[in-house]
Order: sequence, then C-alpha cells, then structure tokens
Amino acid sequence: MNVIEVKGLGKKYRIGKADKQADTLTGALINGLRSPWQNLRNIRNLSRLDRDEDSVAWALRDVSFEVKEGEVLGIIGHNGAGKSTLLKILSRITEPSEGEVRIHGRVAALLEVGTGFHPELTGRENIYMNGTILGMRKKEIDRKLDEIVDFSGVEKYLDTPVKFYSSGMRVRLGFSVAAHLEPEILIIDEVLAVGDAEFQRKCMGKMEFVSHQGRTVLFVSHNLEAIKNLCGKTLLLNNGQVTAIGHSKMVVGDYLAQYSRQGFATSEWAEADAPGNEVVKLKSVRVEFSGDALSIRTPFDIIFEFWNYQNEMSSNISLHLLTMSGETVFNVFSCLDPLPRLRKGLCIGRCSIPGNFLNAGVYSLKFFIVKNKSEAVFSLTDALRIEIFDDRTDIQWYGKIPGFIRPNFEFTLSNANATEAE
Amino acid sequence: MNKSSSLVIRASRGWRGIDWKELIHYRDLLWFLTVRGIKAKYAQSVLGVAWAVIQPLFSTLVFTVVFGTLARIDSNGVPYFLFSLVALVPWTFFANTLTDSANSLVSNANMITKVYFPRLVLPLSSILSKGVDFLISFALVIVFLIVYRMLPSWHVVWLPWLLVVLLMTSLGIGMILSAMAVQYRDVKHAMVFAVQLIMYAAPVVYPTTNVPEGWRSVYALNPMVGVIEGFRSIFLHTLPFPYGWVAQGTLVATALFVFGLFYFRKMERVFADVA
Repeated sequence: MNVIEVKGLGKKYRIGKADKQADTLTGALINGLRSPWQNLRNIRNLSRLDRDEDSVAWALRDVSFEVKEGEVLGIIGHNGAGKSTLLKILSRITEPSEGEVRIHGRVAALLEVGTGFHPELTGRENIYMNGTILGMRKKEIDRKLDEIVDFSGVEKYLDTPVKFYSSGMRVRLGFSVAAHLEPEILIIDEVLAVGDAEFQRKCMGKMEFVSHQGRTVLFVSHNLEAIKNLCGKTLLLNNGQVTAIGHSKMVVGDYLAQYSRQGFATSEWAEADAPGNEVVKLKSVRVEFSGDALSIRTPFDIIFEFWNYQNEMSSNISLHLLTMSGETVFNVFSCLDPLPRLRKGLCIGRCSIPGNFLNAGVYSLKFFIVKNKSEAVFSLTDALRIEIFDDRTDIQWYGKIPGFIRPNFEFTLSNANATEAE
Repeated sequence: MNKSSSLVIRASRGWRGIDWKELIHYRDLLWFLTVRGIKAKYAQSVLGVAWAVIQPLFSTLVFTVVFGTLARIDSNGVPYFLFSLVALVPWTFFANTLTDSANSLVSNANMITKVYFPRLVLPLSSILSKGVDFLISFALVIVFLIVYRMLPSWHVVWLPWLLVVLLMTSLGIGMILSAMAVQYRDVKHAMVFAVQLIMYAAPVVYPTTNVPEGWRSVYALNPMVGVIEGFRSIFLHTLPFPYGWVAQGTLVATALFVFGLFYFRKMERVFADVA
C-alpha cells in the first residue's frame, strides 16, 4: 500500500534577485534611491512565477515516485539537486508549482533540530515550544516529558534558560523532542550530522526502532554509508529530476560512478587556448584510479601533461593539496635529484597517492611548474577538485572522522598477559 | 492505518478560506507562542511586566503637560490626565499590536522555512501577548478611576463590544501588514514612525468634538474613533455613548478583519519562498 504518491511534481523559483541587494549601507542607499520602481518590480515578481520565464529556475521538475508503507527511503544527490525542495514540499512548508503529492498518514518533518527554541526560555518551556511547533498537543508532551528529558540527558538543566546550554545540549534536547513524535511518516533531513558519538548512536537506534515499527521514513543525507545501511530503497536526484530509484546499494553505486565521471572530468585544453605562457602550456590535469569510486581506501594518481617549449629545461613540479577551507594538507615535489632535463614537446608528470591516506572530503589541487629548482614558470590554483568518499565497515558511528588524513596503522589491543585473558 | 488523515499537496490558486480544524489542532502552539512572547519580552529586565504600565503612564504624563497644560486642548470637561490615559490604553494596545504582528512572520522566518504549521498563529500570538499588557494597563485605569472617584456608566455593557472592534481592527491590519512585510521589508521601516503619526488620526490627544461637525462621519471610519470615544463615554462620561461611531467602526473593522484573513491566506503560500 502506497503511503506517499508523488506525481509530476515541479517547483520553480525566481532567481537573480540577489544581485540587486547591496551589502553596504551606502550601496543599499544608492540602489534604493536609483531604482525603487525596479525594486518594486523585482520584489513583486518574487511571488509571481508566471511571467518573465527566463529568470525562473526549476528546482524540481517532473518528479514522480511512490513510497510504500513501512519503507525507509533514502534521498541523495549533489548540493542543489533538489533534495531540500522535495522535502519542503512533502512537509508542506512550500507549495509545488505543478504536480501533486498524496500522503496517507500523519507526517512529521524534521528539517532542523530545535525549531522555535527561544534562548530566554528554560529547557522545559522549550520542549513544549518545539513539540507544539512540530504538531504535538500539550497533553501528548505532558505524557512523554519524562522520556524526552531522559533521552536528552539534560535533566539537571531542565529549568535553566537554554541560552546557557552548550550547543551540544541544545541539539540533544531538540532531537529528543523530535524523537518522541509518533508520526506514521517521518521525514528527516541530515539531522544525524550533529551531536557527539554517544548521542548519534542513540539517534540511529531510535531511527532503526522507528522503521522496525513499520513506520515510513524518508531520509535525506550526504552520508552514503548511513543511507546504505538504513534505507532499503534510495532515490537519486540530479538537477531536480529523479535519475534513479531502487535498491540502495545500487543507487549509491550509480551516484558514485556518476560523480566520479562528472567530478573528475579531466581538465583538458587544446594547445591554442591552453593556460600557460611561452615556456609551458598545460594540456591536462586528471585523476586516475581503478574501480567505481574514489574512496579513502583507493590509491590514485594525479597526472599532469604540459607542452614544454624550451629545450633542456631543468624542471620539477611542486604540488599542493588543500582542503576546501584552505589549509594545506601536503606539498610534494617531483624528483629533484637528479633534476630531469626535459626536451621540447609534451611532458607528463604523475604523482601517486596511496590508499588509506587521505581522509574523506573535497580537496583542491594547486601546482607550480618550477625551473632550476627556484623559478616558477607556471602555476595554477584550484586546478582540480578531488572528492574522496568515505568507506567504512563499522556502522556504529556515522559522523565524519576528524583529521586531514585517515591512515590505517597497525593498531592492536589485547590483554598484556595471556593467562589473564582466560 | 488511519485513512482519515489523507492529504493532497498541490499548487493552490486564488483566495482560500481558513482551515479552522487545523487552527484548533494547533491551539497549544498558539498558547506557547503567546507565553514565549511575554516571557521573552520581560526576561532579564528589572521592572518586568511593570513596563506595560510605564509606557501608557509616561505618555499620558507628557501629553497632559504638553497638550493639556501648555496647548490647553479641550478634554470634554474631565481632567486631561484621565482623558488621555483612557484613550492611550486601547491605543497603545493597537499600536504595539501593529508593530509586533507586522514583524511576527519576518522575525520567525526560521520557523516558517523549517516547519509547517498554520502561519496564522504567529500574528495571533503576538496580539494575544499584547493582550496581557493591555489588561495590566487597564488595571491602571481602574486604579485612577477609583482615585478620581468615577463610576462607569451603564454603557459599560458595551465594553466587550468595543474590545471586539479593537481586536478585529488590530488583527485585521496586523494580518495584512505581516503578510506584506514578508515580501516587502519596507513595512518594517514604515511602521517605526507610522504608528506615531497615525496616533493623530485618532482622538487620543484631542476629543472628536474638535473635529469639524461635517467631517466627523468620515473621521469615524477609523474604527479606533468609536473605540476610544466609547471608552471615554463609559468611564469618563465625556459624551453620550457614540453608537453611530461605534457602528461605523464595527463595519470597517469587520471589513478589515475579513480582508486581512483572506489576504493572509492568499499570501501564505509564498511565505516560505520569499521569507
């Protein structure tokens, strides 16, 4: 029996309003004085989607799928694929522009933990606040209050204003309220990304419990491990459209493969418009690895090809790998001793990165082609983005393991004395 | 499984009525939002709820000096202090309600974009929490009436009616402004001084009898005219009870209220997209 039926769902948004807003007071004043009429038109258009079609973007288009009672459906996709929009429509926060959704059963949507919390109110008051926002009645909360408090582990601070809570405590309290909703259909957006290990374990346990009770769960996450382990079925969104739906392992595999192809598309140039100068011109930068996806276990090669226009150039490549927040993970050089003397023509550099080395995440590549060990003849920042996926067998913990690197050191633990083990 | 809770989500068009059943289901939310509004407002303040008394009291004192003593504005034969206090109590409620409900959606944008609930509870709760201030300042009026040894006339039976008109006006305009403010933040800027200016369009510092005779029926299209003059008539015996003005005000207030409701419901569907 289908509890959710989505037919031809579409949602359009107006884009391009942001450029009109200045971020300085003076800028805003100038804009405001210059074009109140323009502003009026723009703002009116925000809610009128029938005109001026070229500044309208479809966040979702022609989405159809069904969810059966008791099914746990994972929803995955890149940022901007339409996952959040889909959830917002299913949870009635926003209306679709076309198509329809039929839902049979009481829905609770968790797009955020602790919505409506007010810092000046006490933990207890905020439980009632948050619970009623999520659609619970006061009686219901009265009945479950002890359980909620117990689950959150903040009983000592229950009558303290929430502004004095740590952010972890706030999250725990918020999740506890949500965990005690009793909907027939539960919609969850990535709330597992928060909280400490102990609390995450509790949350996962609760989610498994909910799904075993035969309730329907829709779960959006970037965490493919969690999706594979929790969801029987997964929906893959790409550019607002459903590109795959089916068995989670297969859809996640599709997604990784698709991502690998897209994400690691070789940066390649024709000689005429290649970046470079009279000394060198870059032909390509790419990543090579075997298998479907680049996971933390996969060894991979970074390969540079460039045209060298100088004969007998003593050169090397200096490569920096940076995190997206800009810290350098490492800086390595191609062979310095002896320094290769390159002839005119196409040259190739290959840097091999072992598996079980980098942590999961997105990295940016920056490199220099250096002449005579000191003279940078060419450099390129953000030459390539490399995304490394997580791969774990231990499913107790779904958070990101901290650190730039994820080595797989030999690490044993046992009783020091063999007889004590008995 | 409960088949009764089936739901169809699709694009809605045109004007929509109110989903009373849903609103009733969320009455506890309305209650907690109201409590939150009151508690949050007076949290960490020394005088706390006393501020509800201070605001109309000090305005009254200033008006008594400026308009009563210096400008010598007619106060229909009662002490100017009482004359303006009795007007300021409903007026302060009205003015605060406008500012507060106008901001109610914008300041709760994070809730609107994360959870579904009937959006109407937001302006409703801001009006209810102002209702507490109103009751407190109304108690102040009663204290002063006792001090001045004044008994209300039998027209006090109309007081609930005046309160209904006051509520419908506040809620009606509040809903329109809150819905507009989501899309046009100009409302917020305008409200800051508009509430001060529109006070002069109501008989707060002067009596309606100062308005030229021929213009009074136009003037009384402002529902606050009937409310304020009604309050004065009941508690201060300034004029005979102004049935005509109250009737006019009731009509306008009803129109504002009904239009506000429908306008709010019409705009509701885009709140999450433009907030």
